Amino acid sequence: MRTLNAIAIIAFRDLTKLLRDRVRILASVMFPLIFIGILGGSLSANIGTSLGFNFLTFVFTGVFAQTFFQSSAAGVISLVQDRENDFSQELFIAPVSRYAIILGKILGETFVACVASIGVIALGLIIGIPLSAGALLRLFPAGLAASFLGGAFGILVLGNISTQRTVGQIFPFILFPQIFLAGVFAPLSGAPIMLRVLSHITPLTYAVNLVRAAYYTGTPEFGAVTTLHPALNMLILVVLFFLFLIPGTWLFVRKEQNR
Amino acid sequence: MTEAVRVRNLVKRYKKTKINAVNDISFSVAEGAFFALLGPNGAGKTTTISILTTTLTKTSGVVEIAGFDAERAAGEVRRRIGVIFQTPSLDKNLTAEENIRFHAALYGLFPFRPIYALMPKTYKTRVASLAELLGIRENIFQPIHTFSGGMKRKLEIIRGLMHRPRVLFLDEPTTGLDPISRKGVWNYLQEVRKEERTTIFLTTHYLEEAEDADNICIINRGKIVASGTPENIRKTLVNTYLQMDAKDRHKLVTELARLKLQPEGNGPFRILLQNGIHPQKIIRSIRTPLTLLNIHLPTLEEAYIEIIGEHHADA
Repeated sequence: MRTLNAIAIIAFRDLTKLLRDRVRILASVMFPLIFIGILGGSLSANIGTSLGFNFLTFVFTGVFAQTFFQSSAAGVISLVQDRENDFSQELFIAPVSRYAIILGKILGETFVACVASIGVIALGLIIGIPLSAGALLRLFPAGLAASFLGGAFGILVLGNISTQRTVGQIFPFILFPQIFLAGVFAPLSGAPIMLRVLSHITPLTYAVNLVRAAYYTGTPEFGAVTTLHPALNMLILVVLFFLFLIPGTWLFVRKEQNR
Repeated sequence: MTEAVRVRNLVKRYKKTKINAVNDISFSVAEGAFFALLGPNGAGKTTTISILTTTLTKTSGVVEIAGFDAERAAGEVRRRIGVIFQTPSLDKNLTAEENIRFHAALYGLFPFRPIYALMPKTYKTRVASLAELLGIRENIFQPIHTFSGGMKRKLEIIRGLMHRPRVLFLDEPTTGLDPISRKGVWNYLQEVRKEERTTIFLTTHYLEEAEDADNICIINRGKIVASGTPENIRKTLVNTYLQMDAKDRHKLVTELARLKLQPEGNGPFRILLQNGIHPQKIIRSIRTPLTLLNIHLPTLEEAYIEIIGEHHADA
Protein backbone atom coordinates (compact mmCIF):
# COMPACT_ATOMS: atom_id res chain seq x y z
CA MET A 1 0.00 0.00 0.00
CA ARG A 2 2.80 2.35 0.93
CA THR A 3 4.52 1.49 -2.36
CA LEU A 4 1.39 2.21 -4.39
CA ASN A 5 0.98 5.49 -2.55
CA ALA A 6 4.54 6.42 -3.38
CA ILE A 7 4.20 5.47 -7.05
CA ALA A 8 1.00 7.51 -7.30
CA ILE A 9 2.45 10.61 -5.69
CA ILE A 10 5.64 10.52 -7.75
CA ALA A 11 3.64 10.16 -10.96
CA PHE A 12 1.19 12.83 -9.92
CA ARG A 13 3.99 15.28 -9.24
CA ASP A 14 5.24 14.94 -12.82
CA LEU A 15 1.81 15.61 -14.21
CA THR A 16 1.27 18.62 -11.92
CA LYS A 17 4.62 20.02 -12.96
CA LEU A 18 3.76 19.65 -16.64
CA LEU A 19 0.34 21.24 -16.30
CA ARG A 20 1.92 24.29 -14.64
CA ASP A 21 4.59 24.68 -17.29
CA ARG A 22 2.97 26.11 -20.43
CA VAL A 23 6.23 26.37 -22.33
CA ARG A 24 6.90 22.70 -21.76
CA ILE A 25 3.40 21.71 -22.85
CA LEU A 26 3.86 23.73 -26.01
CA ALA A 27 7.28 22.23 -26.65
CA SER A 28 6.12 18.68 -26.09
CA VAL A 29 3.26 19.20 -28.53
CA MET A 30 5.34 21.06 -31.10
CA PHE A 31 8.12 18.51 -31.31
CA PRO A 32 5.98 15.77 -32.89
CA LEU A 33 4.38 18.38 -35.14
CA ILE A 34 7.76 19.21 -36.60
CA PHE A 35 8.56 15.54 -37.00
CA ILE A 36 5.42 14.60 -38.85
CA GLY A 37 4.67 17.89 -40.53
CA ILE A 38 8.04 18.79 -41.93
CA LEU A 39 10.15 15.64 -42.01
CA GLY A 40 7.24 13.29 -42.77
CA GLY A 41 5.81 15.69 -45.33
CA SER A 42 9.00 16.09 -47.28
CA LEU A 43 9.81 12.38 -47.21
CA SER A 44 6.29 11.61 -48.31
CA ALA A 45 6.61 13.89 -51.30
CA ASN A 46 9.82 12.14 -52.32
CA ILE A 47 9.31 8.46 -51.68
CA GLY A 48 5.75 8.10 -50.50
CA THR A 49 4.18 7.32 -53.85
CA SER A 50 6.10 4.10 -54.52
CA LEU A 51 5.19 2.25 -51.32
CA GLY A 52 1.73 0.91 -51.81
CA PHE A 53 0.50 2.33 -48.49
CA ASN A 54 -0.09 5.83 -47.19
CA PHE A 55 3.32 7.06 -46.14
CA LEU A 56 2.10 9.87 -43.86
CA THR A 57 -0.04 7.43 -41.88
CA PHE A 58 3.01 5.21 -41.58
CA VAL A 59 5.11 8.10 -40.23
CA PHE A 60 2.27 9.21 -37.97
CA THR A 61 2.10 5.86 -36.20
CA GLY A 62 5.89 5.75 -35.90
CA VAL A 63 6.09 9.22 -34.35
CA PHE A 64 3.21 8.36 -32.03
CA ALA A 65 5.23 5.43 -30.65
CA GLN A 66 8.44 7.41 -30.57
CA THR A 67 6.78 10.27 -28.66
CA PHE A 68 5.85 7.92 -25.85
CA PHE A 69 9.16 6.08 -25.84
CA GLN A 70 11.31 9.20 -25.92
CA SER A 71 9.29 11.23 -23.43
CA SER A 72 9.52 8.48 -20.86
CA ALA A 73 13.21 7.78 -21.43
CA ALA A 74 14.09 11.47 -21.14
CA GLY A 75 11.91 11.82 -18.04
CA VAL A 76 13.62 9.00 -16.21
CA ILE A 77 17.00 10.42 -17.13
CA SER A 78 15.96 13.82 -15.75
CA LEU A 79 15.48 12.14 -12.39
CA VAL A 80 19.19 12.19 -11.92
CA GLN A 81 19.88 15.43 -13.64
CA ASP A 82 17.92 17.03 -10.83
CA ARG A 83 19.43 14.93 -8.09
CA GLU A 84 21.80 17.58 -6.83
CA ASN A 85 19.44 20.49 -6.35
CA ASP A 86 15.95 19.32 -6.53
CA PHE A 87 13.13 17.44 -4.93
CA SER A 88 14.65 14.17 -6.18
CA GLN A 89 17.11 14.09 -3.29
CA GLU A 90 14.01 13.97 -1.10
CA LEU A 91 12.94 10.90 -3.08
CA PHE A 92 16.22 9.11 -2.55
CA ILE A 93 16.05 9.23 1.24
CA ALA A 94 12.39 8.19 1.37
CA PRO A 95 11.66 4.77 2.88
CA VAL A 96 10.26 3.39 -0.38
CA SER A 97 11.62 0.82 -2.80
CA ARG A 98 13.85 2.19 -5.53
CA TYR A 99 11.65 0.35 -8.03
CA ALA A 100 8.70 2.37 -6.73
CA ILE A 101 10.60 5.58 -7.45
CA ILE A 102 11.49 4.48 -10.97
CA LEU A 103 8.01 3.11 -11.71
CA GLY A 104 6.41 6.28 -10.39
CA LYS A 105 8.66 8.31 -12.61
CA ILE A 106 7.87 6.16 -15.66
CA LEU A 107 4.16 6.42 -14.95
CA GLY A 108 4.39 10.19 -14.51
CA GLU A 109 6.29 10.59 -17.74
CA THR A 110 3.68 8.40 -19.42
CA PHE A 111 1.04 10.97 -18.45
CA VAL A 112 3.30 13.65 -19.85
CA ALA A 113 3.65 11.66 -23.07
CA CYS A 114 -0.14 11.38 -23.27
CA VAL A 115 -0.33 15.17 -23.29
CA ALA A 116 2.30 15.33 -26.01
CA SER A 117 0.46 12.70 -28.02
CA ILE A 118 -2.63 14.89 -28.10
CA GLY A 119 -0.60 17.16 -30.38
CA VAL A 120 0.25 14.20 -32.57
CA ILE A 121 -3.39 13.13 -32.78
CA ALA A 122 -4.53 16.69 -33.53
CA LEU A 123 -2.03 16.98 -36.35
CA GLY A 124 -3.01 13.55 -37.63
CA LEU A 125 -6.61 14.70 -37.89
CA ILE A 126 -5.59 17.93 -39.63
CA ILE A 127 -3.48 16.21 -42.28
CA GLY A 128 -6.22 13.66 -42.84
CA ILE A 129 -4.92 10.49 -41.19
CA PRO A 130 -7.93 8.17 -40.80
CA LEU A 131 -8.47 8.02 -37.04
CA SER A 132 -11.60 6.24 -35.93
CA ALA A 133 -12.61 5.99 -32.29
CA GLY A 134 -11.63 2.32 -32.42
CA ALA A 135 -8.17 3.16 -33.78
CA LEU A 136 -7.64 5.70 -31.00
CA LEU A 137 -8.74 3.18 -28.37
CA ARG A 138 -6.18 0.74 -29.74
CA LEU A 139 -3.43 3.35 -30.15
CA PHE A 140 -3.33 4.57 -26.56
CA PRO A 141 -2.70 1.27 -24.75
CA ALA A 142 0.05 0.57 -27.30
CA GLY A 143 1.45 4.04 -26.59
CA LEU A 144 1.50 3.28 -22.87
CA ALA A 145 3.46 0.10 -23.53
CA ALA A 146 5.91 2.13 -25.65
CA SER A 147 6.27 4.57 -22.78
CA PHE A 148 7.01 1.85 -20.24
CA LEU A 149 9.65 0.39 -22.51
CA GLY A 150 11.17 3.85 -22.99
CA GLY A 151 11.28 4.44 -19.25
CA ALA A 152 12.98 1.12 -18.62
CA PHE A 153 15.42 1.88 -21.41
CA GLY A 154 16.12 5.24 -19.75
CA ILE A 155 17.01 3.64 -16.44
CA LEU A 156 19.36 1.20 -18.13
CA VAL A 157 21.13 4.13 -19.79
CA LEU A 158 21.41 5.85 -16.42
CA GLY A 159 22.74 2.78 -14.72
CA ASN A 160 25.65 2.65 -17.12
CA ILE A 161 26.73 6.23 -17.50
CA SER A 162 28.42 7.93 -14.63
CA THR A 163 28.00 11.65 -15.20
CA GLN A 164 25.09 13.79 -16.22
CA ARG A 165 27.18 15.61 -18.78
CA THR A 166 27.78 12.31 -20.50
CA VAL A 167 24.08 11.50 -20.42
CA GLY A 168 23.31 14.83 -22.08
CA GLN A 169 25.94 14.26 -24.72
CA ILE A 170 25.14 10.64 -25.38
CA PHE A 171 21.35 10.71 -25.32
CA PRO A 172 20.91 11.98 -28.90
CA PHE A 173 23.34 9.31 -30.11
CA ILE A 174 21.42 6.49 -28.54
CA LEU A 175 18.05 7.88 -29.52
CA PHE A 176 18.37 9.13 -33.09
CA PRO A 177 19.80 5.94 -34.59
CA GLN A 178 16.90 4.11 -32.96
CA ILE A 179 14.42 6.38 -34.68
CA PHE A 180 15.78 5.33 -38.05
CA LEU A 181 16.49 1.71 -37.18
CA ALA A 182 13.00 1.29 -35.75
CA GLY A 183 11.56 2.45 -39.04
CA VAL A 184 9.76 5.49 -37.72
CA PHE A 185 10.22 7.34 -41.01
CA ALA A 186 11.05 4.67 -43.51
CA PRO A 187 10.10 1.01 -43.73
CA LEU A 188 13.06 -1.31 -43.33
CA SER A 189 11.56 -4.25 -45.17
CA GLY A 190 13.72 -3.65 -48.24
CA ALA A 191 16.80 -2.57 -46.33
CA PRO A 192 20.15 -4.45 -46.37
CA ILE A 193 20.36 -7.43 -44.00
CA MET A 194 22.80 -5.62 -41.70
CA LEU A 195 20.33 -2.81 -41.08
CA ARG A 196 17.55 -5.29 -40.47
CA VAL A 197 19.64 -7.12 -37.88
CA LEU A 198 20.40 -3.83 -36.17
CA SER A 199 16.74 -2.98 -36.33
CA HIS A 200 15.89 -6.11 -34.38
CA ILE A 201 18.20 -5.22 -31.52
CA THR A 202 16.77 -1.71 -31.33
CA PRO A 203 14.30 -1.43 -28.43
CA LEU A 204 12.26 1.29 -30.12
CA THR A 205 11.50 -1.15 -32.97
CA TYR A 206 9.21 -3.14 -30.70
CA ALA A 207 7.37 -0.04 -29.52
CA VAL A 208 6.85 1.18 -33.08
CA ASN A 209 5.78 -2.25 -34.24
CA LEU A 210 3.26 -2.58 -31.45
CA VAL A 211 1.69 0.79 -32.19
CA ARG A 212 1.51 -0.03 -35.91
CA ALA A 213 0.02 -3.43 -35.21
CA ALA A 214 -2.61 -1.73 -33.06
CA TYR A 215 -3.40 0.84 -35.70
CA TYR A 216 -3.30 -1.31 -38.83
CA THR A 217 -4.95 -4.39 -37.42
CA GLY A 218 -7.47 -5.82 -39.87
CA THR A 219 -6.30 -3.65 -42.77
CA PRO A 220 -4.74 -4.86 -46.02
CA GLU A 221 -1.54 -2.87 -45.27
CA PHE A 222 -0.93 -4.80 -42.03
CA GLY A 223 1.60 -7.20 -43.51
CA ALA A 224 3.52 -4.45 -45.26
CA VAL A 225 3.94 -2.15 -42.25
CA THR A 226 4.64 -4.61 -39.41
CA THR A 227 7.72 -6.78 -39.30
CA LEU A 228 6.81 -9.18 -36.49
CA HIS A 229 3.80 -11.08 -35.23
CA PRO A 230 2.04 -8.84 -32.65
CA ALA A 231 2.04 -11.52 -29.94
CA LEU A 232 5.74 -12.22 -30.34
CA ASN A 233 6.38 -8.48 -30.49
CA MET A 234 4.49 -7.98 -27.24
CA LEU A 235 6.36 -10.81 -25.57
CA ILE A 236 9.72 -9.31 -26.58
CA LEU A 237 8.58 -5.92 -25.33
CA VAL A 238 7.65 -7.30 -21.91
CA VAL A 239 10.90 -9.25 -21.66
CA LEU A 240 12.91 -6.16 -22.65
CA PHE A 241 11.03 -4.08 -20.08
CA PHE A 242 12.10 -6.31 -17.21
CA LEU A 243 15.52 -6.88 -18.71
CA PHE A 244 16.10 -3.12 -18.67
CA LEU A 245 14.26 -2.22 -15.50
CA ILE A 246 15.71 -4.68 -13.02
CA PRO A 247 19.42 -4.54 -13.85
CA GLY A 248 19.05 -0.85 -14.73
CA THR A 249 17.62 0.03 -11.33
CA TRP A 250 20.16 -2.15 -9.58
CA LEU A 251 23.07 -0.58 -11.47
CA PHE A 252 21.70 2.88 -10.97
CA VAL A 253 21.27 2.50 -7.20
CA ARG A 254 24.70 0.95 -6.91
CA LYS A 255 26.29 3.70 -8.98
CA GLU A 256 24.61 6.41 -6.93
CA GLN A 257 25.53 4.96 -3.56
CA ASN A 258 28.79 3.27 -4.35
CA ARG A 259 30.80 6.26 -5.44
CA MET B 1 20.61 5.58 27.32
CA THR B 2 20.23 4.26 23.75
CA GLU B 3 22.40 5.70 21.07
CA ALA B 4 20.70 7.50 18.21
CA VAL B 5 23.83 7.36 16.10
CA ARG B 6 26.71 4.96 16.49
CA VAL B 7 29.74 5.15 14.23
CA ARG B 8 32.72 2.84 14.66
CA ASN B 9 35.92 2.96 12.61
CA LEU B 10 34.16 4.45 9.62
CA VAL B 11 36.27 4.64 6.49
CA LYS B 12 35.25 5.97 3.10
CA ARG B 13 37.48 6.03 0.08
CA TYR B 14 35.86 7.27 -3.09
CA LYS B 15 36.48 5.34 -6.27
CA LYS B 16 39.58 6.34 -8.18
CA THR B 17 41.10 8.19 -5.25
CA LYS B 18 44.13 7.33 -3.18
CA ILE B 19 43.23 8.91 0.13
CA ASN B 20 40.39 8.25 2.51
CA ALA B 21 37.79 11.00 2.52
CA VAL B 22 36.76 9.71 5.94
CA ASN B 23 39.59 7.98 7.73
CA ASP B 24 38.66 5.73 10.64
CA ILE B 25 36.34 7.88 12.69
CA SER B 26 34.24 6.78 15.66
CA PHE B 27 31.64 8.66 17.64
CA SER B 28 28.21 8.27 19.21
CA VAL B 29 25.24 10.54 19.62
CA ALA B 30 22.90 9.93 22.54
CA GLU B 31 19.16 9.87 21.99
CA GLY B 32 17.70 13.37 22.17
CA ALA B 33 21.11 15.04 22.09
CA PHE B 34 22.25 17.92 19.92
CA PHE B 35 25.43 16.93 18.15
CA ALA B 36 27.51 19.09 15.83
CA LEU B 37 30.05 17.89 13.30
CA LEU B 38 32.45 20.68 12.40
CA GLY B 39 35.31 20.99 9.99
CA PRO B 40 36.62 22.98 7.04
CA ASN B 41 35.45 22.46 3.46
CA GLY B 42 36.50 19.06 2.22
CA ALA B 43 37.02 17.67 5.73
CA GLY B 44 34.55 14.83 5.16
CA LYS B 45 31.41 16.25 6.78
CA THR B 46 29.07 15.75 3.84
CA THR B 47 30.60 12.35 3.12
CA THR B 48 29.88 11.31 6.71
CA ILE B 49 26.33 12.65 6.68
CA SER B 50 25.67 10.95 3.31
CA ILE B 51 26.75 7.59 4.72
CA LEU B 52 24.68 8.11 7.85
CA THR B 53 21.59 8.98 5.77
CA THR B 54 21.98 5.87 3.55
CA THR B 55 22.74 7.69 0.30
CA LEU B 56 26.38 6.64 0.13
CA THR B 57 28.05 3.31 0.87
CA LYS B 58 30.98 3.12 3.26
CA THR B 59 34.28 1.42 2.59
CA SER B 60 34.44 -0.16 6.04
CA GLY B 61 33.29 0.30 9.61
CA VAL B 62 29.98 0.23 11.44
CA VAL B 63 27.18 2.77 11.11
CA GLU B 64 23.99 2.36 13.12
CA ILE B 65 21.09 4.76 13.29
CA ALA B 66 18.54 4.15 16.06
CA GLY B 67 19.99 0.66 16.36
CA PHE B 68 19.70 -0.21 12.66
CA ASP B 69 22.59 -0.81 10.29
CA ALA B 70 22.63 2.00 7.70
CA GLU B 71 23.32 -0.41 4.84
CA ARG B 72 21.67 -3.71 5.69
CA ALA B 73 18.57 -2.06 7.14
CA ALA B 74 18.51 1.10 5.03
CA GLY B 75 14.71 1.09 4.86
CA GLU B 76 14.38 1.03 8.65
CA VAL B 77 16.91 3.82 8.94
CA ARG B 78 15.15 5.95 6.29
CA ARG B 79 11.89 5.63 8.19
CA ARG B 80 13.54 7.04 11.30
CA ILE B 81 15.49 9.95 9.92
CA GLY B 82 14.74 13.38 8.55
CA VAL B 83 17.29 15.14 6.36
CA ILE B 84 17.71 18.82 5.57
CA PHE B 85 20.10 18.98 2.65
CA GLN B 86 22.73 21.56 1.91
CA THR B 87 20.87 22.55 -1.25
CA PRO B 88 17.12 23.10 -1.03
CA SER B 89 15.07 20.09 -2.00
CA LEU B 90 11.63 21.65 -2.23
CA ASP B 91 9.76 21.43 -5.50
CA LYS B 92 9.59 24.99 -6.75
CA ASN B 93 6.65 24.29 -9.02
CA LEU B 94 4.45 23.21 -6.16
CA THR B 95 2.76 25.03 -3.32
CA ALA B 96 3.94 24.73 0.27
CA GLU B 97 1.01 22.48 1.06
CA GLU B 98 1.69 20.24 -1.95
CA ASN B 99 5.31 19.85 -0.91
CA ILE B 100 4.13 18.69 2.50
CA ARG B 101 1.42 16.45 1.02
CA PHE B 102 3.95 14.74 -1.23
CA HIS B 103 6.19 14.02 1.69
CA ALA B 104 3.27 12.70 3.71
CA ALA B 105 2.24 10.31 0.92
CA LEU B 106 5.81 9.25 0.25
CA TYR B 107 6.26 8.29 3.89
CA GLY B 108 2.87 6.60 4.01
CA LEU B 109 1.55 8.98 6.68
CA PHE B 110 -1.61 9.76 4.76
CA PRO B 111 -3.10 8.15 1.65
CA PHE B 112 -2.41 9.89 -1.64
CA ARG B 113 -5.14 12.26 -2.83
CA PRO B 114 -4.73 14.47 -5.89
CA ILE B 115 -6.26 17.53 -4.25
CA TYR B 116 -6.13 19.06 -0.79
CA ALA B 117 -9.91 19.02 -0.34
CA LEU B 118 -9.89 15.21 -0.44
CA MET B 119 -7.27 14.83 2.28
CA PRO B 120 -8.35 13.53 5.71
CA LYS B 121 -9.28 16.02 8.41
CA THR B 122 -6.31 15.05 10.60
CA TYR B 123 -3.98 16.06 7.77
CA LYS B 124 -5.68 19.41 7.32
CA THR B 125 -5.47 20.16 11.03
CA ARG B 126 -1.79 19.25 11.06
CA VAL B 127 -1.02 21.46 8.05
CA ALA B 128 -2.97 24.36 9.56
CA SER B 129 -1.04 24.17 12.81
CA LEU B 130 2.28 23.93 10.99
CA ALA B 131 1.39 26.92 8.84
CA GLU B 132 0.43 28.83 11.96
CA LEU B 133 3.76 28.00 13.53
CA LEU B 134 5.59 29.24 10.45
CA GLY B 135 3.44 32.30 10.13
CA ILE B 136 2.46 31.42 6.55
CA ARG B 137 -1.22 30.68 6.98
CA GLU B 138 -2.13 32.85 4.01
CA ASN B 139 0.70 31.54 1.84
CA ILE B 140 0.36 27.83 2.41
CA PHE B 141 -1.40 27.41 -0.94
CA GLN B 142 1.03 29.66 -2.81
CA PRO B 143 3.84 28.27 -4.97
CA ILE B 144 6.97 28.23 -2.88
CA HIS B 145 8.99 30.32 -5.31
CA THR B 146 7.24 33.27 -3.67
CA PHE B 147 8.85 32.39 -0.31
CA SER B 148 11.97 33.93 1.23
CA GLY B 149 15.09 31.81 1.80
CA GLY B 150 14.45 31.52 5.54
CA MET B 151 10.83 30.58 4.98
CA LYS B 152 11.82 27.79 2.56
CA ARG B 153 14.34 26.45 5.05
CA LYS B 154 11.70 26.35 7.78
CA LEU B 155 9.28 24.67 5.42
CA GLU B 156 11.90 22.01 4.68
CA ILE B 157 12.42 21.45 8.38
CA ILE B 158 8.67 21.14 8.92
CA ARG B 159 8.47 18.68 6.05
CA GLY B 160 11.45 16.74 7.40
CA LEU B 161 9.68 16.43 10.75
CA MET B 162 6.28 15.36 9.38
CA HIS B 163 7.02 11.68 9.93
CA ARG B 164 8.42 12.37 13.42
CA PRO B 165 11.96 11.15 12.79
CA ARG B 166 14.12 10.02 15.67
CA VAL B 167 17.15 11.79 14.23
CA LEU B 168 17.12 15.00 12.21
CA PHE B 169 20.19 15.51 10.05
CA LEU B 170 20.95 19.08 9.07
CA ASP B 171 23.74 19.61 6.57
CA GLU B 172 24.76 23.26 6.82
CA PRO B 173 21.14 24.31 7.13
CA THR B 174 21.66 28.05 7.44
CA THR B 175 24.23 28.58 4.70
CA GLY B 176 23.15 31.49 2.54
CA LEU B 177 20.60 32.84 4.99
CA ASP B 178 20.71 36.36 6.40
CA PRO B 179 21.31 36.67 10.17
CA ILE B 180 17.65 37.27 11.00
CA SER B 181 16.47 34.25 8.99
CA ARG B 182 19.21 32.17 10.60
CA LYS B 183 18.01 33.17 14.03
CA GLY B 184 14.43 32.36 13.04
CA VAL B 185 15.40 28.88 11.84
CA TRP B 186 17.33 28.23 15.03
CA ASN B 187 14.57 29.40 17.32
CA TYR B 188 12.26 27.02 15.53
CA LEU B 189 14.72 24.14 15.82
CA GLN B 190 15.13 24.74 19.54
CA GLU B 191 11.36 24.59 19.97
CA VAL B 192 11.24 21.33 18.06
CA ARG B 193 13.92 19.88 20.27
CA LYS B 194 12.06 20.84 23.39
CA GLU B 195 8.73 19.47 22.18
CA GLU B 196 9.67 16.35 20.24
CA ARG B 197 12.98 15.42 21.88
CA THR B 198 14.37 14.85 18.39
CA THR B 199 18.05 14.04 18.17
CA ILE B 200 19.80 16.69 16.09
CA PHE B 201 22.85 15.98 13.99
CA LEU B 202 24.26 19.19 12.57
CA THR B 203 27.10 20.11 10.29
CA THR B 204 27.87 23.79 10.07
CA HIS B 205 30.40 26.45 9.26
CA TYR B 206 28.93 28.86 11.78
CA LEU B 207 30.71 28.02 15.01
CA GLU B 208 28.32 29.98 17.19
CA GLU B 209 25.55 27.60 16.07
CA ALA B 210 27.45 24.75 17.68
CA GLU B 211 28.00 26.56 21.00
CA ASP B 212 24.72 25.12 22.32
CA ALA B 213 25.50 21.56 21.24
CA ASP B 214 25.74 18.84 23.86
CA ASN B 215 28.70 17.39 22.05
CA ILE B 216 30.80 18.39 19.10
CA CYS B 217 33.25 16.63 16.90
CA ILE B 218 35.76 18.49 14.78
CA ILE B 219 37.06 16.65 11.74
CA ASN B 220 39.82 17.61 9.38
CA ARG B 221 41.03 15.61 6.38
CA GLY B 222 38.80 12.74 7.35
CA LYS B 223 40.09 12.42 10.92
CA ILE B 224 38.58 13.49 14.20
CA VAL B 225 40.90 16.14 15.62
CA ALA B 226 38.86 17.14 18.65
CA SER B 227 35.70 16.04 20.38
CA GLY B 228 33.77 16.68 23.56
CA THR B 229 31.48 19.32 24.96
CA PRO B 230 31.98 22.80 23.51
CA GLU B 231 33.08 23.98 26.94
CA ASN B 232 35.79 21.37 27.29
CA ILE B 233 37.11 21.99 23.81
CA ARG B 234 37.24 25.71 24.47
CA LYS B 235 38.97 25.26 27.80
CA THR B 236 41.59 22.77 26.77
CA LEU B 237 42.52 24.59 23.63
CA VAL B 238 42.23 28.26 24.24
CA ASN B 239 43.47 30.08 27.28
CA THR B 240 41.66 32.80 29.08
CA TYR B 241 43.87 35.86 29.17
CA LEU B 242 43.94 39.39 30.40
CA GLN B 243 44.47 41.99 27.77
CA MET B 244 45.88 45.35 28.81
CA ASP B 245 47.56 48.38 27.39
CA ALA B 246 48.78 51.77 28.59
CA LYS B 247 50.15 54.97 27.10
CA ASP B 248 53.34 54.38 29.02
CA ARG B 249 53.94 50.82 27.95
CA HIS B 250 57.44 50.67 29.42
CA LYS B 251 56.14 51.48 32.87
CA LEU B 252 53.40 48.88 32.55
CA VAL B 253 55.83 46.16 31.50
CA THR B 254 58.14 47.01 34.40
CA GLU B 255 55.25 46.82 36.80
CA LEU B 256 54.16 43.49 35.41
CA ALA B 257 57.70 42.14 35.61
CA ARG B 258 57.77 43.07 39.28
CA LEU B 259 54.68 40.86 39.69
CA LYS B 260 56.66 38.07 37.98
CA LEU B 261 54.40 38.21 34.97
CA GLN B 262 55.65 37.89 31.43
CA PRO B 263 53.26 39.68 29.11
CA GLU B 264 53.02 38.54 25.50
CA GLY B 265 53.15 40.99 22.63
CA ASN B 266 54.43 44.52 22.25
CA GLY B 267 51.17 46.11 23.30
CA PRO B 268 48.39 45.55 23.77
CA PHE B 269 49.80 42.94 26.15
CA ARG B 270 48.37 39.54 26.90
CA ILE B 271 48.75 37.86 30.25
CA LEU B 272 47.68 34.24 30.41
CA LEU B 273 45.38 33.54 33.29
CA GLN B 274 46.62 30.17 34.40
CA ASN B 275 48.34 28.54 37.35
CA GLY B 276 46.23 30.47 39.82
CA ILE B 277 46.81 33.94 38.40
CA HIS B 278 43.76 36.03 39.14
CA PRO B 279 42.99 39.17 37.14
CA GLN B 280 41.81 40.89 40.32
CA LYS B 281 45.21 40.53 41.89
CA ILE B 282 47.00 41.95 38.88
CA ILE B 283 44.74 44.92 38.50
CA ARG B 284 45.03 45.79 42.14
CA SER B 285 48.82 45.96 41.87
CA ILE B 286 49.01 48.07 38.71
CA ARG B 287 49.53 51.81 39.13
CA THR B 288 50.13 52.72 35.47
CA PRO B 289 47.03 54.35 33.95
CA LEU B 290 45.51 51.80 31.56
CA THR B 291 43.99 52.50 28.16
CA LEU B 292 42.72 48.96 27.68
CA LEU B 293 41.58 46.29 30.08
CA ASN B 294 39.77 43.18 28.99
CA ILE B 295 39.36 39.61 30.21
CA HIS B 296 39.29 37.49 27.11
CA LEU B 297 37.16 34.35 27.36
CA PRO B 298 37.73 31.63 24.77
CA THR B 299 35.13 31.05 22.05
CA LEU B 300 34.52 27.86 20.17
CA GLU B 301 35.53 29.67 17.01
CA GLU B 302 38.98 30.39 18.43
CA ALA B 303 39.35 26.82 19.55
CA TYR B 304 38.33 25.71 16.09
CA ILE B 305 40.79 28.01 14.36
CA GLU B 306 43.52 26.83 16.69
CA ILE B 307 42.78 23.17 15.95
CA ILE B 308 42.34 23.51 12.24
CA GLY B 309 45.19 26.03 11.92
CA GLU B 310 47.53 23.61 13.69
CA HIS B 311 46.66 20.89 11.22
CA HIS B 312 47.04 23.20 8.26
CA ALA B 313 50.48 24.15 9.52
CA ASP B 314 51.40 20.46 9.43
CA ALA B 315 50.80 20.39 5.70
